[in-house]
Amino acid sequence: MAEIRNYTMNFGPQHPAAHGVLRLVLELDGEVVRRADPHIGLLHRATEKLAENKTYLQSVPYMDRLDYVSMMVNEHAYVMAIEKLLQIEVPIRAQYIRVMFDEITRILNHLLWIGAHALDVGAMTMFLYAFREREDLMDCYEAVSGARMHAAYYRPGGVYRDLPDTMPKYAPSKIHNEKETRIRNANREGSLLDFIEDFTNRFPTYVDEYETLLTDNRIWKQRLVDIGVVSPERAKALGFTGPMLRGSGVEWDLRKMQPYEVYDRLDFDIPVGVNGDCYDRYLVRMEEFRQSNRIIKQCVEWLRKNPGPVITDNHKVAPPSRISMKQNMEEMIHHFKLFTEGFHVPPGEAYVAVEHPKGEFGIYLVSNGANKPYRLKIRAPGFAHLAALDEMSRGHMISDVVAIIGTQDIVFGEIDR
Amino acid sequence: MQTINQEVIFEALRNALGEKIVDHRMQHGELTITIDAIDFLVVSRLLRDDSALRFDTLMDLCGIDYSTFGDELSTKYRLRGRRFAVIYHLLSVEKNQRLRVRVLAEDNELPTVDSVTDIWPVANWFEREAFDLYGIIFAGHPDLRRILTDYGFIGNPFRKDFPITGYVEMRYDADQKRVVYQPVTIDPREITPHVIREEFYGDRES
Repeated sequence: MAEIRNYTMNFGPQHPAAHGVLRLVLELDGEVVRRADPHIGLLHRATEKLAENKTYLQSVPYMDRLDYVSMMVNEHAYVMAIEKLLQIEVPIRAQYIRVMFDEITRILNHLLWIGAHALDVGAMTMFLYAFREREDLMDCYEAVSGARMHAAYYRPGGVYRDLPDTMPKYAPSKIHNEKETRIRNANREGSLLDFIEDFTNRFPTYVDEYETLLTDNRIWKQRLVDIGVVSPERAKALGFTGPMLRGSGVEWDLRKMQPYEVYDRLDFDIPVGVNGDCYDRYLVRMEEFRQSNRIIKQCVEWLRKNPGPVITDNHKVAPPSRISMKQNMEEMIHHFKLFTEGFHVPPGEAYVAVEHPKGEFGIYLVSNGANKPYRLKIRAPGFAHLAALDEMSRGHMISDVVAIIGTQDIVFGEIDR
Repeated sequence: MQTINQEVIFEALRNALGEKIVDHRMQHGELTITIDAIDFLVVSRLLRDDSALRFDTLMDLCGIDYSTFGDELSTKYRLRGRRFAVIYHLLSVEKNQRLRVRVLAEDNELPTVDSVTDIWPVANWFEREAFDLYGIIFAGHPDLRRILTDYGFIGNPFRKDFPITGYVEMRYDADQKRVVYQPVTIDPREITPHVIREEFYGDRES
């Protein structure tokens, strides 16, 4: 009798369905996966080591580049860890701005996820739809920080500046004439808050559109239902967090369980799945779109009514205003010291976790009293999820591996760090 | 609210672990206990299974190199000359509690800690990462390979004595028509000096 051996296949690191630089070594029995061994680290930049050699403030932009589809939430965990060690208060308006942008970021992240996931499974249209909405949210990022992706907007003690009164506008071009441009600029005439409000009014219809395309779609369900089933006990043991854990039916969300900033003042629900398969995780994330939209609405309403400072007035941590810096010697010294030597963080250690769109994103910060961290550890949710890929994909077909990678919402910036 | 929780859980810890706790500290509402590597396997089982503790999820695991931490702080943390430690961040989803466990590795030359992959399966990759970056050996780990660094990498890059520029760099050699490794051609430079101020510096009335 002929000897039958399993076939080993290399998947990636330059495979379009591998979401970046994932190299998977798959052991196949026919088309059935017997073992999956992800090789990671192709995007390793040693962010944690670099942070040990930079002042606290200089590492903020590195955080954007971790999970490069949910930039501001990464910053959030980092600045909150510093604030915890420094024991400084963040103005309430800054907290609302942060929460609002966290939720905008959650929508941004989930939009990329649904686009890429659907594209992997075979639905091209979703990708185009998702990027249409992402464009609007990117413009919010741009209006507030000047950068479309790597914002560096959250700073220890608050946010870099207050929300702007104007939105960037389109200019007429060869493709779009004056009249068309006026129509495109219609919702950009007011402030940023007006624009965001307009978006939150439009967005539920968009989510309905996505759901019309996917939720009852026969092919979509055939590809996702009963794929990558994880039981609640197993999900906890495997370190799952975020939608991955909630998809398995565990009611766990840091925004509710260990509320930070102003989440305890806001009204929203936590969707949970039942079966723990890819389809349930899809439904959980779709509902999170709507819940995030609800939170943004509440934040916009609050922010309209309550002006105030957006960054702490402790000038040992946050820079003074330009005017006072030019007129006041002491402020000048603060400014100089802050941007050369940086601020000093009292000795100690802190672990701060936020509900990142992908799960629990944690920053463990150890300080020995210097102007640079002694140790910075980034707890990336995707790292634990990808580690479970082997277990989730065993016994499934090779095409299901793609669906599982999609449902895990893998981004290599955070996994490799 | 959380600090009260932490005290209750510390009582439970003291009942369960007794003398095994080398050091404990509460800072900013976070509880940290320090444990010797020799006791760790027993302790971790207790932490997961004890009905008052129930730490069912290991959130994070990371290595740390205390070699330049400073004498004063090392004494305060009761490190007793141990260079490497592994930090575990535990979470109890059931009881909504967190705990940090610092496990001091015995030997500074060949730091070894027992693997907890049997207790928390998530530890698998995290232990590989700590092994890769710090050279901490996890006894009993099923598959202790490098994970983040390049294939064939030499050294443990996150140790404090490893230069930030590394030792080798990679480039494409047009003559040999392949990628070659060579010693680094850049020098490490420190743009902002590392400064530790004495307490209340600048705030003191003189």
